Amino acid sequence: MVEVKPDTAEDRELVIEAGNSERLYLRDLWQYRELFYFLAWRDILVRYKQTALGVAWSLLRPFLTMLVFTVIFGKLAKLPSGGAPYPVLVFAAMLPWQFFANALTECSNSLVTNANLVSKIYFPRVIVPASAVVVSLMDFMINALMLVGLMAWYRVAPDWRVVTLPIFTLIAFAAAIGAGLWLAALNVRYRDFRYVVPFIVQLGLYVSPVGFTSAIVPDQWRLLYSLNPMVAVIDGFRWAIIGGDSTLFWPGLLASSGVVLVMLISSIWYFRRVERTFADVI
Amino acid sequence: MSDTAVRVDDLGKRYILGPNQQGSAGYRTLRDEIADAMMSVRRRLVSRLGKRPGEAASGEFWALTGVSFSIRKGEVVGIVGRNGAGKSTLLKLLSRITQPTRGRIAIRGRVGSLLEVGTGFHPELTGRENIYLNGAILGMLHAEIKRQFDAIVAFAQVERFLDTPVKRYSSGMYVRLAFAVAAHLNPEILIVDEVLAVGDAAFQKRCLGKMRDVSAHDGRTVLFVSHNMTAVQGLCQRVLWLNDGSIRRDGTPKQVVADYLSHDVATSRERVWRDMNTAPGNEKVRIHRAYVRPSDRDREDRITLETPFTVGFEFQNLIPGARLNLSAVLYNQEGIVVLNTVATREAKWLGRPSPVGRFRSEFYVPGNLLNDGTYRIELHVVEDLNKSIFREDDILSFDVYEVAERPSQWYGKWAGAVRPDLEWRTDLLELGPTS
Repeated sequence: MVEVKPDTAEDRELVIEAGNSERLYLRDLWQYRELFYFLAWRDILVRYKQTALGVAWSLLRPFLTMLVFTVIFGKLAKLPSGGAPYPVLVFAAMLPWQFFANALTECSNSLVTNANLVSKIYFPRVIVPASAVVVSLMDFMINALMLVGLMAWYRVAPDWRVVTLPIFTLIAFAAAIGAGLWLAALNVRYRDFRYVVPFIVQLGLYVSPVGFTSAIVPDQWRLLYSLNPMVAVIDGFRWAIIGGDSTLFWPGLLASSGVVLVMLISSIWYFRRVERTFADVI
Repeated sequence: MSDTAVRVDDLGKRYILGPNQQGSAGYRTLRDEIADAMMSVRRRLVSRLGKRPGEAASGEFWALTGVSFSIRKGEVVGIVGRNGAGKSTLLKLLSRITQPTRGRIAIRGRVGSLLEVGTGFHPELTGRENIYLNGAILGMLHAEIKRQFDAIVAFAQVERFLDTPVKRYSSGMYVRLAFAVAAHLNPEILIVDEVLAVGDAAFQKRCLGKMRDVSAHDGRTVLFVSHNMTAVQGLCQRVLWLNDGSIRRDGTPKQVVADYLSHDVATSRERVWRDMNTAPGNEKVRIHRAYVRPSDRDREDRITLETPFTVGFEFQNLIPGARLNLSAVLYNQEGIVVLNTVATREAKWLGRPSPVGRFRSEFYVPGNLLNDGTYRIELHVVEDLNKSIFREDDILSFDVYEVAERPSQWYGKWAGAVRPDLEWRTDLLELGPTS
């Protein structure tokens, strides 16, 4: 849609034509990079305004979930923990899962909650969902500190594998963006997805190996189970943090990464295709 | 052609209206879409059999068609037209919010649009934070905002409240701050939509002054959409009149505005209901006709500040011996009641039983009473002088125009619900002191 013929530095011509695709999307994205920071900054600032506990909420929610899971799966159901203290096992999984769940929720609602911006001002639309995901990274960092505290309490020392954490974080990030972009774009047109997302998140918590290790899944189903992208992420986190004698299930990791990659690429493709109509349908 | 700032060729924008998009829901659900997909398969089959392509499908709406114009650098162009004429769509296309369906736009320079001031303000953030946020949303870089920060604060006059969340601001402060950020965007092409509808008179005056500076001193191009014809005539060098999605006239403000005003006779200035069963009313009374017209119809067609005009209603009384009278309430654009007038001076009818039949009731409004703007009338039918038996909220609406040139250099909206031409008298009481 946009074509820029540089004339002089300040005197360039912008051509808007019907139908053709936006060739300089990346350049626009760069030009609006500050909007990305500011939207993320706004959401972080506003997040806990007028709450008494403030940032403590970011810690409280995963902490309580961890307690419940430890009691139910560890103490009552007596599921195996592979040698690690059950709270650490659960929290190592809660960390990426909470990030994914928050990011997905925020991301898929982001365009609709910023409808006034979308319908009144031009900017590359992908900035809105992307900054929503970045905001969830904040909580992720805070929770990571809590995990460090928990590990110190139970005297679990990580080994060299901990340096691979960024890779798994990246997979979680890509999964959140991939699924989030799809849902955000679909949500603009079909508000049905507003009801789908909480459902995915709620179900996902039980389907993904958050409260238990994926080692309890029978071997013949393991690969199929790994099609859930969060399985590889959570397994990876446990492998990297708890260490011990747990091993990485490589076929599963590859399957999960493949799913994430397909999701990410297809979501960008779909988003770009429909984003120019957002202002008309939102 | 380096002095062309904006060139638009054969621009068209089509909206597809689904049943839900017209309705109150405003968005579509999957179910609608699936149902539509089925329909469109059927339509495609049908159209392959007979229809020619290019035929407008039902549910399609062209907000703009075949619009072409070009604007020179530094020109201040007004865009006038009724609501729904395509003004907003044109601005949305120029500011890249939405994509054209047809045609081409070439723009030279950065476009700043004030489609709605305060977009993106967050109520929980302080004034200071919102300045940065809003600046970024409008496309300013951090460094630019920082440089302009003091000027923005001074323009908005909110120094004392910079660190207060804007949700605690008065609406005036809020609007001032929002406009101040937008006004300091300094784009090469400024798109302004109806800013004059907001803020108090003093602030509007400064906004208009700012707009004049932008075009006169900095040589920037301004596209100005407004219903305020005084401002359009005072500020613009050229006016485009949009009508039903295409350009009806393009010329000097004086010609185009005069033309526009004389053609733009609001349809709701006269309403007739032919079917007695669906006409507004009930089993006691039915309204046949309602109208607003200049009292001297031969002299003029539109209602200006100076025009005396007549408001009338024709109604059917269905109850023998009912003691009826009408009461009309006049609201202005802001929803403020300007006046309420009741037929209490007609001794012939007041409190007397009236036969079944058709009546006409009119009242006369003198010139030099109402301010310019859009008004609506709410009609009550009153029984026994105290019981409202029927009420129609929006029976009529009409515009009062300001067309006479003002003696001053100020074009903003004149303050006040009414605008009587009051007599002033000034005397010199004493000369001196002489020093």
